[in-house]
Amino acid sequence: MKGIVSYGGYLPLKRINRDIIFKGMGWLHQATYMKGEKCVANFDEDSITMAVAAAMNCLEGHDRDYLDGLYLATTTSPFKERRCADIIGTTLDLKSQIRTADFTDSTSAGTSALIAAIDCIGAGSANSILLCASDVRVGKPGSSQELSFSDGAASLLLGKEGVIASCEGSYSVSYDFPDHWRTEGDKTDRSWEDRFGREEGYRKFIPEAISGLLSKCNLYPKDIAKVIFPGMYPRDHASLCKRMGFESDQIQDHLMGVMGNTGTAYPLMILISALEASKPGDKVIVAGFGNGSDAVLFQVTEEIEKVKGQKKGIKRYLESKRQLTSYEKYLAFRNLISPEGGIRGEAIAYTALSLIWRDRREILGLCGTRCKKCGTPQYPAQRVCVNPDCGAIDEMQPYRFSDKKGEVFSFTADLLAFTPDPPGIYAVIDFDGGGRYWFDVTDCDLESMEIGMPVEMSFRRRYVDEKGGIVGYFWKTVPLRF
Amino acid sequence: MGQGINDKVAIIGMGCTKFGEHWDKGSEDLIVEAFTEALGDAGIEKKDIQAAWYGSCYDEFNVGKSALPLSRTLKLPFIPVTRVENLCASGSEALRGAVYGVASGAYDIALALGAEKLKDTGYGGLPEINMSYGTKNRVIFPSISAPGVFAMMANRYFSKYGMTIEEGKRVLAKISVNSHRNGAKNPKAHLQRIITEEDVLKAPIIASPLGLFDCCGVSDGAAAAIVCRADMAKDFRPDPVLIKALQIAISSGEELGYTKWDGTYVEATGRTAVRAYEEAGIKNPREEISMMEVHDCFSITELVTYEDLGISPRGKARNDIEDGFFTIEGRIPSQPDGGLKCFGHPIAASGLRMLYEMYQQLQGRAGERQIRDPKVGLTHNLGGFPQMNVVSLVIVGL
Repeated sequence: MKGIVSYGGYLPLKRINRDIIFKGMGWLHQATYMKGEKCVANFDEDSITMAVAAAMNCLEGHDRDYLDGLYLATTTSPFKERRCADIIGTTLDLKSQIRTADFTDSTSAGTSALIAAIDCIGAGSANSILLCASDVRVGKPGSSQELSFSDGAASLLLGKEGVIASCEGSYSVSYDFPDHWRTEGDKTDRSWEDRFGREEGYRKFIPEAISGLLSKCNLYPKDIAKVIFPGMYPRDHASLCKRMGFESDQIQDHLMGVMGNTGTAYPLMILISALEASKPGDKVIVAGFGNGSDAVLFQVTEEIEKVKGQKKGIKRYLESKRQLTSYEKYLAFRNLISPEGGIRGEAIAYTALSLIWRDRREILGLCGTRCKKCGTPQYPAQRVCVNPDCGAIDEMQPYRFSDKKGEVFSFTADLLAFTPDPPGIYAVIDFDGGGRYWFDVTDCDLESMEIGMPVEMSFRRRYVDEKGGIVGYFWKTVPLRF
Repeated sequence: MGQGINDKVAIIGMGCTKFGEHWDKGSEDLIVEAFTEALGDAGIEKKDIQAAWYGSCYDEFNVGKSALPLSRTLKLPFIPVTRVENLCASGSEALRGAVYGVASGAYDIALALGAEKLKDTGYGGLPEINMSYGTKNRVIFPSISAPGVFAMMANRYFSKYGMTIEEGKRVLAKISVNSHRNGAKNPKAHLQRIITEEDVLKAPIIASPLGLFDCCGVSDGAAAAIVCRADMAKDFRPDPVLIKALQIAISSGEELGYTKWDGTYVEATGRTAVRAYEEAGIKNPREEISMMEVHDCFSITELVTYEDLGISPRGKARNDIEDGFFTIEGRIPSQPDGGLKCFGHPIAASGLRMLYEMYQQLQGRAGERQIRDPKVGLTHNLGGFPQMNVVSLVIVGL
């Protein structure tokens, strides 16, 4: 058996009501108006950081050393050249002897990577592969994409043992469909007429892939518990399902109204939300969309009962949210306007990349050390034990802090130090199990900060050096999300 | 402990510029002013100085590295000059070099000078901290500022001693009011006006819970001391000031790396105080110290320093503050010159500026601010953060 062993989702905390965008940009065409809200990545989040968050959720309770590979799907890589999967692998403190790949350039890269990972396992080349799909999708201010596009991530652990949903087949169609594109230097997508994408692409490719998969597997729509595919055109989503022969109770909520179109992650995020409500024996089809379509069939196993309610998937993230009420702040977070940062904000020292390499496990992986003599965990990694009653030299073993919770020892909200979203909150954290260090606090406001507040770690962009083209990734502290 | 420095070295001359936003002056001007005053005060000539120690912290915003800026500016005739840097305690560190140079017998007369030109950055506050704390820390430190890291101590202190933010801020306000009351009488201070508790409480927040008047200013300035062997000091002047103790303590890193420290005190201040009192032969600081200049970079720093120095019992500095213990008429006047609060904090000049006030007070030359018959003065110079720091203490007397 091969298939999904674990899943993890991630939605950023902030949501923006589409009415706020609509009011901010009055020339939007009535026909493209869309109701509801969408997720907004914080200023310090990107595809890499959200992929890490989803992967951390997915890997909870799983041995990371068992992984043979890590695939990332994204259309919004922060880098043109530098593989994000490797950054994520180091950040997750995975061993180096793994295969990695970035799947990109189409929103169906999420399902493409899924099929590639499953085939790899099926072929016996790997026992276990971690898949992440993550996107921060930026639409041009005032465009219909801006209303539709959203930010989020999904992660699936694929393997052979403890499978909660076995993969029973897949079917793909590929077209060079020029409904939208982005070239060198484009910050946002360019697109052909919306009706063209909808009628010539969405309405045709998805049914072709799903029907192709059904007939390949000798199944009929009635055999399927849930059909899962992106709902960027909500009305067409319903009519397509009907046309393919699915009843309304077989249609998985596409979450367009409460989440939005999260690109490569989108089909996998709604797959996770389907798995969260599934029961053993359910057959589900998930289809991606973009330059054609991939459809994949899963059958839920008895193992699902063991993970139900345990995993951080999509449901609880949908409920855990804070409204962003300023359209201008949304634009600033996505770098669509450039607010004053002051000379202090521009005073960014150079980044020593050889240091980032040398101390990668410490910086990206948030691994400190634990003294073998006295047991004290310490960050950053030390050679001489920090416990004044110990002081042992070179008696250290690596100790990972990224998955430890902690509590606030002290904090402040700073209006002098530069941050794109003032005030800058930071805190000294005492970790459960020992260890103390200080971190920026994000996804939080001063009013909710207090000494003793429980917190967890979140991988973020710590600084951006635009002149050097450097993103300084590091960990921040966040209040426990749920 | 070895013999210590007690009474081996004397200060025979000091100089201090007016501190402030000297848009029209560079470090070189400030160095010349402080040096000229010190030289005149000591009644010696430049050729009498056998060695010099120069403190400057932000060389990148200031005059550049090495001791050359001092030597070239003053045209020191190829004598040994050493540049020292130990964060905000750089001025005290320069003094330490000069005093130890003389105490060792290597030199008879030495110069300590600290200068800092901060107002060439283009923004308020100290130069952006990420530029100066090292290639690794700039990646793994949070986006801190000086007010922020001390504000964290205020939150801890209020929490431990059961004060609401409002109560705590009112206690801190009295500290700033006291400094401004003294500073208003000091022509060399940057800020020379009286403020009220309400002014402090109404001021905009810089880093919660600290507001504008809880924070010292940022200014340019320089200060200098000329020291010599104690046995020859009276050849230069009738009232030399003796160094009774000169101590420095540096964090081991355990405050931020281990979980023992409770965040309501500065460990290094307590450690260095024990050593300084022993060196100076002080048994009961609350009774024996006549006056002090402590490192009031922020109001909360001054409050915990009272406790760290063993003047006020733990958690009780509030009572002394409310009783007027530290006012100019009080038992131990603190910040008689206005402190960092009114002088601002040109980093490497501050330690020597504090000493300048103690020196003049002991000699009865403090004018309107003169404390009656002081015997022993203490300066406390803190560099870094409550979570990791450098603390220097100097005790002086006649």
